Amino acid sequence: MFCSIMSRRLIDLLNTLPAWLVPLSLLVAVEIAMRGSGIESDGLALPSQVAIALAGLIADGEIFLRTAETIGAIAVGVPVGGTVGLLLGVWLGLSPKAAQLASLSIELFRPIPPVAIIPLTLLIYGLGIRMEAAIVAFACFWPMLLLTRDAVRSVEPRLIEVARMLGLSRARQIATIAIPAALPRIFTALRLTLGIALIVAVTTEITANPIGLGYAIISAGLSLRPEAMYAFLVWLAVLGWLLNAGLIALHRRLFGAAHGEVAA
Amino acid sequence: MNAPLAPAVAACAGPAIAFDGVRLDLGGKCIIDGLSLTIAPGEFACVVGPSGCGKTTLLRLVTGLLSPTLGQVRRFGAPVDGPSRDVAIVFQDYGRALLPWRTASGNVALALEAMNTPRGERVERVAGLLDKVGLTGHGDKYPAQLSGGMQQRVQIARCLAQGPRVLLMDEPFGALDALTRQALQDEIAKLISESGATALFVTHDLDEAIYLGDRVFALQGNPGRLAEVIDVDLQRPRDQLRTREHPEFLRLRHVLFDHVQKTH
Repeated sequence: MFCSIMSRRLIDLLNTLPAWLVPLSLLVAVEIAMRGSGIESDGLALPSQVAIALAGLIADGEIFLRTAETIGAIAVGVPVGGTVGLLLGVWLGLSPKAAQLASLSIELFRPIPPVAIIPLTLLIYGLGIRMEAAIVAFACFWPMLLLTRDAVRSVEPRLIEVARMLGLSRARQIATIAIPAALPRIFTALRLTLGIALIVAVTTEITANPIGLGYAIISAGLSLRPEAMYAFLVWLAVLGWLLNAGLIALHRRLFGAAHGEVAA
Repeated sequence: MNAPLAPAVAACAGPAIAFDGVRLDLGGKCIIDGLSLTIAPGEFACVVGPSGCGKTTLLRLVTGLLSPTLGQVRRFGAPVDGPSRDVAIVFQDYGRALLPWRTASGNVALALEAMNTPRGERVERVAGLLDKVGLTGHGDKYPAQLSGGMQQRVQIARCLAQGPRVLLMDEPFGALDALTRQALQDEIAKLISESGATALFVTHDLDEAIYLGDRVFALQGNPGRLAEVIDVDLQRPRDQLRTREHPEFLRLRHVLFDHVQKTH
């Protein structure tokens, strides 16, 4: 049993290797092509230069400082916007009447691009992490609200009948049936929301807020340090990938066994 | 809770289930019309009929999940006014009726939680119920890790946990393979006779109805109404081979089959 799990892990790992070779060989190809053609531009940097710049940013700790600022805004904004969205979503999912009353307001406010409230948040909070967290919260509120509402709505009606046959009160039906049944989909909503949060945070930093990875990218670009700009971009890609992979692993760990996978 | 109901107590309460001139309209369509029947306490009653004749609707009227448009449905003399823990129902779609995030034990425990059984008692009761339905040692598995027959056994155990006076079954073995179905038929017959509960069993399988029932109610469709009632005078416990080869079994099979041919 142990052996088979080990070998399965190994096979999984080996299976992902070719997928990693694609971006790596692309970088090597770019390096060769750029060196071969002797192309030079303020917007380009050799992959090897980017790697050196990235190592430098890691060595002097600057990249971690910038990351902490961006992640900080997300760590405040997502729980605030996400929790409010989650609670309202559960309520709207359970009450068709409330959902109907709220539907017009949702459709009116939801299309507002999160970055469009930058001026408003600037007036309220000024520059800094609070203003960015507010925009992230606004951006996360909507998908969390809608996806939670739909997750609760689509709970198997048969399960609610089972609960009614057992004489469970409405409150216990919600706590023991509706919420747990909706949890896997709510978790997927959270994963989606975190992706949106990263996009919105970096956008805010590039356009208005002089902190974080977004500001680091635009500063590097404006000060004609393309290798540093690319280094931050690569870092951002890895960060987003890690975030998503971690959440997928957590999702599997939390809900895997209930969907036919044996918990490891 | 699991003690058999003394027949004398049940007898003085009159019929366990009574339909009195019941009509049900759903979405402007008449599903059931002029249905009157009574089922005695401890009786095993089967309902057969073509699809769409209102078999499932009849069960739902007994549960109280549906209310008649005209007439009255009574359980133990009292008009049905909603679900009651005295009544349990085994749904055909076991895959949707079980909580996928709970183990087999957890699913059975749900009924005990609903009845506020003290936590300390639950473990033992659940183990006893799983033994009873032949799932010893499978308590820690999730529904997705169990075969269809085993999932249906979990649902039956959950229903038995309620200690119901009436057990309703809606084509419970319709989706199972022939061998599993026969095993479960014998087990359910045994469990019902041990518990003394009244059983109302809906099936489209005429043989199954005769094999299990004390009486078989044949419905005809458009709108659903009672077409024929046959008494099954076959010795219990019944046997998959000998009972099915018994001349009386074959005679009843002819009667029912002719009837279905006529009304289909």
